[in-house]
Amino acid sequence: MIAEAGLAALWLAAALALLQLVMGAVSLTPGRAEAGLVVRPVAVAQGLLALFAFVLLIWLFWMSDMSVKLVAANSHSAKPLLYKIAGTWGNHEGSMLLWVTILGAAGALVAIFERRISERMLRATLAAQAAIGLGFYAFLLFSSNPFERLAPAAPEGQGLNPLLQDPGLAFHPPTLYLGYVGLSVAFSFAVGALVTREVDATFARAMRPWVLAAWIMLTLGITAGSYWAYYELGWGGWWFWDPVENASLMPWLAATALLHSVTVLATRDSLRAWTVMLAVVAFSMSMLGTFLVRSGILTSVHAFAVDPERGSFILALLALYIGGALALFAVRISTVKEGAQFEAVSREGALVGNNLLLTAILGIVFVGTLYPLAAEAVSGEKLSVGPPYFDAAAGPVALVLVALMAAGPLMRWRRDHAATVIRRLAVPILLTGAALLALAILAPGMSILPFLGLVLAIGVAAGSLAPLWGRNLRRTPMFTWGMVISHLGIAVALAGMACETAFTKETLVAVRVGETATVGPYVVRLQDVEPVAGPNWTALEATLVARRGDGPAVTLRPQARSWPSPPTQTSESAIRTAFDGQLYTVLGAQDEQGRWQLRLWWKPFVTLIWLGGGLIALGGLLSLVGRVRRERRYHDRIAYA
Amino acid sequence: MKAKHQRLSLAVLALAALIGAGLLAASALRDQAAYFYSPADLQRTAVAPGKQIRLGGMVADGSIERAADGVTISFLVTDGPAQTRVRFRGIPPDLFKENSGVVAEGAFAPDGVFVADTILAKHDERYMPPELAKTEAGPKHRTETLAR
Repeated sequence: MIAEAGLAALWLAAALALLQLVMGAVSLTPGRAEAGLVVRPVAVAQGLLALFAFVLLIWLFWMSDMSVKLVAANSHSAKPLLYKIAGTWGNHEGSMLLWVTILGAAGALVAIFERRISERMLRATLAAQAAIGLGFYAFLLFSSNPFERLAPAAPEGQGLNPLLQDPGLAFHPPTLYLGYVGLSVAFSFAVGALVTREVDATFARAMRPWVLAAWIMLTLGITAGSYWAYYELGWGGWWFWDPVENASLMPWLAATALLHSVTVLATRDSLRAWTVMLAVVAFSMSMLGTFLVRSGILTSVHAFAVDPERGSFILALLALYIGGALALFAVRISTVKEGAQFEAVSREGALVGNNLLLTAILGIVFVGTLYPLAAEAVSGEKLSVGPPYFDAAAGPVALVLVALMAAGPLMRWRRDHAATVIRRLAVPILLTGAALLALAILAPGMSILPFLGLVLAIGVAAGSLAPLWGRNLRRTPMFTWGMVISHLGIAVALAGMACETAFTKETLVAVRVGETATVGPYVVRLQDVEPVAGPNWTALEATLVARRGDGPAVTLRPQARSWPSPPTQTSESAIRTAFDGQLYTVLGAQDEQGRWQLRLWWKPFVTLIWLGGGLIALGGLLSLVGRVRRERRYHDRIAYA
Repeated sequence: MKAKHQRLSLAVLALAALIGAGLLAASALRDQAAYFYSPADLQRTAVAPGKQIRLGGMVADGSIERAADGVTISFLVTDGPAQTRVRFRGIPPDLFKENSGVVAEGAFAPDGVFVADTILAKHDERYMPPELAKTEAGPKHRTETLAR
């Protein structure tokens, strides 16, 4: 019954989305404004129904109801509860239901809270949101029904891919989806503003919190995904330029550009057409990401063998929404008046630079990710584009962008003078020079990208704090703090990436029990290898004793795990975090002579990468809270005036 | 700056940035894209030593040899009639075994052996690199999976 109730809720939600779309559109025609009265309540009801369906699916996974096809194919009754629940979205159908649920819930939140923009624009926005939702309801109901029954019921489930049986699964996909779908709201706002011809600062202020929230979630999702891949895959890498990683990076790049341009629009009423365009691009990238991951056309851990029908369906949705939005943009853009003017050397000018460079990086990542697909479709040639391409093409642009990031916040709105900006930047520039000299002497022979990255990171860290100099820190607005912390986070992450790339030490050996190996500052001894068992796996566990100089001995226990359902082996790395880096150990197989393969890494300052990611997200959060609080205060003042 | 011209100049700038990015991307792509080969492809067309490629097929039965250092392995990748010898230093992925699909990334050494930097194996029974599904080795394995 539960599965049927879930399916019914989905159908009903789809019907409500249709109603929301039709009534919203009708209310925009002259003399029919009263039709729009139902739009807000319908949006709320639709969101609640989608949420209800999703909760029911979680319930089915929790109960291990093997008469539901999806549960039988992806779950197992012996699995820990956390992974039963997280397994709900660890598969195609469940993750698409999560997508739709967040989409519906976001529409409901807009309907409940948004009071700044005109009622006409709000209805147009909710109609656009319903149009997106409708496509995905159709996708779920016609080609990926999560509630499909299995008759007869399976005696036992097939289990979840062991690589996914990790706390990361509970966190990583939902945060990314929150980010993807948050951008759908920005898209809907842009469509609404184009339809009602109200592209202005008020529109930007309404859209900004959504862009910020989506951006925070994307940042967290990418950071978490990176760390998850780092410790789970046992390859010691934190970014592989895997197409699926790029699929989440591209919306982030677009959202970062949008975040900055929407601030220009909200504060200075400039960059109107550009901001609308970026909102369309950002959501296109979310859709593209969903398409790449869900269509199964990519070589990746994320891509499950999915029938091509589903890929075609998402591709059709992608073409429909993007094509529709671009057509609307082309028709309406001439009605968008040009915003306020500014000089080339100004805060606006720097933000335009930020946007152009981010767009350029986005283009580079886009080309590298899709080129193999295009080449295969056109000429049948199979090729892959990997880290060498992305590093060589995107790296230099990113470094220029980071340098600009230090200068931008020190410029005045509207017009400034290059000489004064350079004077304000004197300390960061001096620090950069000092770092350059110091590194050239202390670490000669570094390759060029990490070298420049580390030098810039030091200068930019100082530069990002510069907006606080000479200010009363207590009276500094929260969103300024947010910007400073986010920019500092970029510098911190960049420093981590540069250090990891340049200074990592790797040792690969085969040792007998009792023998030692050296990696970086550590001497590691293989003390023992013993079988251990977990709730649904067994493993060989090595006991490694690592010692750094005369320091205390630390114990690490990497495992080689075997899973019965589905039958799989995974290696669980063991990591020791020190203040200046991580010791990363992986246990391999035993050879004929009884030696164990050990792979050891010393990764100096690698943790800065994710610390930086966390800081970036924290800055976003401060900014969001600061903006919302200020607006509320402003509205109260108007209300009481 | 004249009011009329600001939007135009911004559009031109944006275009220039995109074209610049496109050129950068195109030149990097020409140097860095790694093509996918099966052993049969390699028999027909030779690949210069040092050029990064991906090699895909099945690990031939009984072909895995372990070197004395305990961390270097060598094996044959096959797609039926053709075979290519691969050398790899590292811990192969968990599902790497004989008669199983594999994709090796790397380049040919001057001695004619393919030296892999990375080895990708099938991650679980539902996952298979699309490249493999299309080679001759693929469908056979698919049927195995279905029969399970």
